[in-house]
Amino acid sequence: MIRLVGILVGLGFTFVVLLSFVMGAYNAATEPAEETAEHAFHLDPKHVEFEHDGLFPAWDVAQLQRGYQVYKEVCSACHSLNQVAFRNLEELGYSEEQVKAEAASWTVPGINPDTGEASSRPGLPTDDFPSPYANNVAAAAANNNAIPPDLSLLTKARHHGPAYVYSLLTGYQEPSAELAERFPDSLPGTGLHHNPYFANLNLAMAPPLTADGQVTYADGTDATIDQMAKDVAAFLTWTAEPALIDRIKLGWMVMGFLLFATILAWLAKKQVWADMKPKRKD
Amino acid sequence: MSFPWAKQYEPTNPLMKYLDEKLPLPRLVYNAVGAGYPVPRNLNYMWNFGVLAGFCLVLQIVTGVVLAMHYAANDAVAFNSVEHIMRDVNWGWLMRYAHANGASFFFVVLYLHIFRGFYYSSYKAPREMVWLIGVVIFLLTMATAFMGYVLPWGQMSFWGAKVITGLFGAIPFVGEPLQVWLLGGYAPDNAALNRFFSLHFLLPFVIAGVVILHIWALHIPGSSNPTGVEVKSESDTVPFHPYYTAKDGFGLGVALLVYCAFVFFMPNALGHPDNYIPANPLSTPAHIVPEWYFYPFYAILRAFTFDFILPAKLWGVLAMFAAILVWFFLPWLDKSPVRSGNYRPMFRKFFWFGLIPTMAALFYLGGAPAEEPYVMFSQIFTAYYFLHFLVILPIVSSIEKPEPLPFSITEEVLGSDDKAVLNNKAEPAA
Repeated sequence: MIRLVGILVGLGFTFVVLLSFVMGAYNAATEPAEETAEHAFHLDPKHVEFEHDGLFPAWDVAQLQRGYQVYKEVCSACHSLNQVAFRNLEELGYSEEQVKAEAASWTVPGINPDTGEASSRPGLPTDDFPSPYANNVAAAAANNNAIPPDLSLLTKARHHGPAYVYSLLTGYQEPSAELAERFPDSLPGTGLHHNPYFANLNLAMAPPLTADGQVTYADGTDATIDQMAKDVAAFLTWTAEPALIDRIKLGWMVMGFLLFATILAWLAKKQVWADMKPKRKD
Repeated sequence: MSFPWAKQYEPTNPLMKYLDEKLPLPRLVYNAVGAGYPVPRNLNYMWNFGVLAGFCLVLQIVTGVVLAMHYAANDAVAFNSVEHIMRDVNWGWLMRYAHANGASFFFVVLYLHIFRGFYYSSYKAPREMVWLIGVVIFLLTMATAFMGYVLPWGQMSFWGAKVITGLFGAIPFVGEPLQVWLLGGYAPDNAALNRFFSLHFLLPFVIAGVVILHIWALHIPGSSNPTGVEVKSESDTVPFHPYYTAKDGFGLGVALLVYCAFVFFMPNALGHPDNYIPANPLSTPAHIVPEWYFYPFYAILRAFTFDFILPAKLWGVLAMFAAILVWFFLPWLDKSPVRSGNYRPMFRKFFWFGLIPTMAALFYLGGAPAEEPYVMFSQIFTAYYFLHFLVILPIVSSIEKPEPLPFSITEEVLGSDDKAVLNNKAEPAA
């Protein structure tokens, strides 16, 4: 009885899902899906290498410092970094004094201690990086309704994050003639900029890195657009995952210990089962 | 109940003797997972996953309780509190990655444990109750994992919760009020986040209780085995300790190596990048997908696209729940007297060339975008999924001719069993 009901229920679901299949196949055959501009022109991130890649990574501290400089002088005009505090900069090789001075070079929102009114003051190492806008409404108003995302976690919030950031920053270009011909609706509208590394090809952010030497690096590195993009991508890898290097170093110790323990467990298992060794007939 | 030859707990230490008289907890452990539990001697490594699942549960409870000390279940601060754990809490990143990947590890182990059960028909009498309780554990674990994924309050948390709770809206008449009642609002918000946190904390302890029932029910008939022949005599078994404690110890080491490779070297590989974007009810992600371990059932849900009498969405919801509920009926759908797939030629072919590729395909298709040709493939594999359990299994089990079984586990392992010879003499072929 239960088998009969089961067979009927099974055939019922099969029938209905195959109906869906037939209708879907009919639709696909009669109305072939239209190719989209995103599908035809979107590009996967470029290949780019960093010191912190791979199984034996390290932070390139000089690069992180350069990337921080790019963030401070370029990105921070529109993008917040609200998961990071000034004190975290010590991890980039700055001394306590340097961090204090660096924090003080930023203005953060504060309260007037006498009147309790909102005011501003120089930053302290314990402060988080301040947001460039008072709130999302202000951010949207200043940016043609496209709120600039917080950058703290950006490299973890996109597939192939660091390569994505690098590709996006170096990927602005004029839309190709082919795109203009096949998908005129996908040409950038007012206030938009064509970038094949962006999901829908049209990005509200104007090219932020426009000229070599836009930033003057303290360490004398030649500040090409490519170099600045790479440096800020490295910096944003650190802001997204400050424990990256510690994690992988600890990982090797854990794997080493586990491998040793597993070998011991294997030997123990062999010894325990020695007198039970199966003598198979075949 | 146990086999008559099971070793008895005989404490020699006066303290243990005293304890045994007043509260025989050590005796319980001795009989449950110690030398007092005789287990078939022929278990292969597929029998490791029960112990591993128990380990995962403990791992999730321990890391989860620590995370709960630092997490704040409020929609305004939940996302930032998770980042606080990642950045400012000592070893917080380790706890969170261990917990997030621990959930994936748990499901890997559960799926292997369940598919072991499918192949060796572990669901058959006398272990139906073990199986039924096991399916309940799986359902509870799915609910717990779903609610846990909502807690970081990222984009996928929010939209996943919205889509999945939206399924209740497909139920005729009561659907929408039910959905509002479950969420405490019209969309996931602070009320939903708080109740999900509360239940996410509670359910693992419910699971722990049901796991005790699972093990209790298992100890009535004793463990199944790859040959599928029941234990007949002492030579068919070995004591759980030290034989299987040693074997499980090795298995645990291998499993932890795989798990730690994820935790330390690619902790975000199994997650979705969008969940590092704070939840935003005004911005819908391009592709909303649940966690990978729900993919097969998500693929089944999305396979129904045609309104046949009922709306397609309702068919999808019914099919998704039916896909798991059908497991409850396996002990009665499969009437073959032979348990092990090793001795069932036809069943074995449908298992390896039907069910396994189907599950693999559904795992892939559930994570693929809802467009052609993915939808058409998920429709075909969904059809096979239901045919396999509800049509093929009952029919195959009544028409196939099983291969001859060994007389006993001992004969299977050692090539001969003295008792088999005696037995044949005692019962001349009729």
